Amino acid sequence: MSVIPLGRSSVRSERLRAAGRSARLLAGLVIVGFWVICALFGERIAPMDPYADHLLATLEPPSALHWFGTDQLGRDIFSRVMVGARDILTVAPLATLLGTLLGAALGLVVGYFRGVVDDVVSRLIEAVQALPLVIVALMVLAAVGTSNLAVIMVIGFVFTPLIARTVRSAVLIESSLDYVAAAHLRGEGALSIMFEEILPNVMPLILVETTVRFGYAIFFVASLSFIGFGIQPPSADWGIAVSENYSLIGSYWWTVIFNALATASLVVGVNMAADGLQSVLQE
Amino acid sequence: MMKSRDAPAPDALVIENLDVAYRVRGRDRQVLKGLNLRIARREAYGLVGESGSGKSTAAFAAVRYLPRAGRVTRGRIWIDGRDLMALSPVELRQLRTQSVSMVYQDPGLALNPTLRIGRQMTEIFEVSEGLSFDAAMGRAADMLSRVQIASPGRVLASYPHEISGGMQQRVIIAMALSIIPALLILDEPTTGLDATVEADVLDLIARLRIELDASILFISHSLPVIARMCDNVGVLYAGEMIEEGPADEVLANPRHPYTAELLRCAPQFGQRKSDGRLTTIPGFQPSAGAMVDCCIFADRCALATDLCRRQAPPKVDLGGRWTRCHYPEFALEMAHKEAVCRPVDIETAQRKQPALSVRKLSKTYSVGGKKLRAVHDVTLDLWPGETLGLVGESGSGKSSLAKLLLGLASPDAGSVIELNGDALPARAARRAPAQLKALQIIFQNPGSALNASHSVRRLIGRALDMVGLRGAGRESRLQALAHAVRLSPQHLTEKPRALSGGLKQRVAIARAFAGGPKIVVCDEPTSALDLSVQAAILNLLVQLQAEQQVSYVFISHDLSVVYYLADRIAVLYLGRLMEIGPADAVFAGPHHPYTEALLSAVPLFDGAVPVRIRLNGEIPSATDLPAGCVFQTRCPRKIGPVCEQEEPPLIEAGNRHQIRCHIAAGDLRAMQSIAILR
Repeated sequence: MSVIPLGRSSVRSERLRAAGRSARLLAGLVIVGFWVICALFGERIAPMDPYADHLLATLEPPSALHWFGTDQLGRDIFSRVMVGARDILTVAPLATLLGTLLGAALGLVVGYFRGVVDDVVSRLIEAVQALPLVIVALMVLAAVGTSNLAVIMVIGFVFTPLIARTVRSAVLIESSLDYVAAAHLRGEGALSIMFEEILPNVMPLILVETTVRFGYAIFFVASLSFIGFGIQPPSADWGIAVSENYSLIGSYWWTVIFNALATASLVVGVNMAADGLQSVLQE
Repeated sequence: MMKSRDAPAPDALVIENLDVAYRVRGRDRQVLKGLNLRIARREAYGLVGESGSGKSTAAFAAVRYLPRAGRVTRGRIWIDGRDLMALSPVELRQLRTQSVSMVYQDPGLALNPTLRIGRQMTEIFEVSEGLSFDAAMGRAADMLSRVQIASPGRVLASYPHEISGGMQQRVIIAMALSIIPALLILDEPTTGLDATVEADVLDLIARLRIELDASILFISHSLPVIARMCDNVGVLYAGEMIEEGPADEVLANPRHPYTAELLRCAPQFGQRKSDGRLTTIPGFQPSAGAMVDCCIFADRCALATDLCRRQAPPKVDLGGRWTRCHYPEFALEMAHKEAVCRPVDIETAQRKQPALSVRKLSKTYSVGGKKLRAVHDVTLDLWPGETLGLVGESGSGKSSLAKLLLGLASPDAGSVIELNGDALPARAARRAPAQLKALQIIFQNPGSALNASHSVRRLIGRALDMVGLRGAGRESRLQALAHAVRLSPQHLTEKPRALSGGLKQRVAIARAFAGGPKIVVCDEPTSALDLSVQAAILNLLVQLQAEQQVSYVFISHDLSVVYYLADRIAVLYLGRLMEIGPADAVFAGPHHPYTEALLSAVPLFDGAVPVRIRLNGEIPSATDLPAGCVFQTRCPRKIGPVCEQEEPPLIEAGNRHQIRCHIAAGDLRAMQSIAILR
């Protein structure tokens, strides 16, 4: 008998297969994966020492020796772009993770308890959202002094209300479903209902939101570095490099363009992955 | 069939050897196989089948309006003599607007929520006939009066959400008939509606059919509805038609085992649990695209022989009808099963202490400054081991009452709920573990009642944690529960998404019974399920009750099901208890006029349309209740000013049977001379 009931295979393996078919997700992951490898092993795989000055070979255009040319101190730009991923790929993910953890917890609590807690927190979130975030971040960093840790904290806190809002609306919907009523009737406590019953069901949404935020975080960190409040020299960070050289763009374009492209490719890669992930999870 | 195209009046719809496939995950799955269908002029043809049988696909294919993944892989379709497969997109669109009308299941989704009804209706006339807005408005009002809408002006000025579901469906029907269609396709047009509204809409369709000489393709899962509405019927199973013929003959005298079993699955009106178990069809319908080189029903058929498993049966002509079975003569002789359950002896039961007592239970919500009385002054008892059926239209407060009992909403001050004589805290959060265990619920929709991210083992296991079981004791109890609801061990590792609706409901039942409950509230537990699955779930509930002496509060809109299961019945209207008593007494009469209307709306098989007690107008808004008796605005037996001034009390109408009406029980009985139990 060849009758096979539908849906034998587990949801997880089905999703994995769907993920394998999503070209956008794969392309995004390849781009991000490339930069992660550069961040981890940059110095070992870079053709030259990214930090060595060559004062006799400054501002050389791209050539067979220096593929991306050299900067004002004669350092090899190709090698610097490769190791330049390290700081941004440390700061941005940690900041996103912080924002996601705080935001998801806040969203769960607010969406589950509703009532006064919800009213107060929701208004606060709206107030925070009304502020121009870059300015707020700048002010805080100017006040406490800038460091990688400070940047992580600031971006994390800035993201918290944004993520909380998304999670809250999903939790509101889940809370009205019968399985939550059934949990109440088993006498489950609020923590158990929030984290064991509801959280797994909003997890796909949190995952997508995290990836989207990660893209923004990279952009955010690069912007802060560009204006001098993000990652600090002597890091080979792309934002710093663009900031140091952008006055030279007319005659020495290679000092800016490759760093800018690197930043752009990372953001695009993350967004493609987020997009693909979303269509896989919400299929 | 070719001949029909030359005849002066071509058939309304002809489908020849139609194959339809859906592309799912890169593979074609065949959902319709070799479908042949022919609807003559003025004929009403019923297509019946369970979910997944392909009946809606057939309806969409008939107008070549399949979803993007679907396509016709073989076969031809003619509507009104025109070959659909040969039409250009423009001609096809023209044909859809001018020759075919469709009415779908959910009227709420078919209407645009942002436009007033008038705007949506006039559009049709402005586009198809080039009328001016005012002229179109006049035509729209005419159409609405035609579908018996009393105040067309008010409806035309309303947004869809401002009118009831029954009214929405009438508007859709009016829109469908604003052209004179060669073919009217009705896809489960009354499935989401209350029984009283359903009966009205069916009356309307039957009347319009005669008035307009319409040809109808009527799709439904409900056999009584098909029996009433259609001349011919085709039974679809797993994408193939297995039996076809005149509706009265096929349904009275089925010659395919599937049709025969399907007819026995649903409790007949008047059948009780003491009359025996319901017929169930074991197993599952083969999934779409499964390639089967034998009889498609052989797996589930009690009559199947080696021949059935080896060879697909031929089409057996039975003179004006046919069936696809190797043994058409045996279909009627399929064995009946023995009775397993005695009804609760109400007298004996009521000598004990009630398991649950409700006194003056009320729930008032505040909506926009107005009071909404969802439940008002309900007093009732539930004895151990009995089933109390709770009936009423949507909006009558059935589910609100259930929520109050369970502690999912808190009642007004002064309400009392007692469990075994002890007052129960209002909210579930304040109830002791033993009290929580005693009162459980089976929800209507098992899809949302089960946490989608937990495995079946975890779902049942979490309910066992409440009981405080650990280790081996917990595991053996879990196995016992799974066995009791007939879940196989492999189901335990699945997530709900991988289970069918019936299996999900079994998991929900296992969960409700995990803590050894005293009372289980069943909130329409089978209304989302197919007939054959419903029968299995009802049997399971009956059996569990007999084994565990649990009491049920069984909420349903299907009176046949309630009568099958219930020992006593309570009728709710606008949050008030209108009638309560032993099931036999409530069904035999005297009835409250509202109960009488509900009973007369039940679709019956024998074709005889009962003397329908019509209700005037719509159920009033719960924020704006009529003075006096809440039912007086719609009551067909209203006696005069007393009904408008005084709320009648619940009065005794015989043995433990109470009716809330100003008319004395004896007078009610005299008025209600039609015997409803046949």
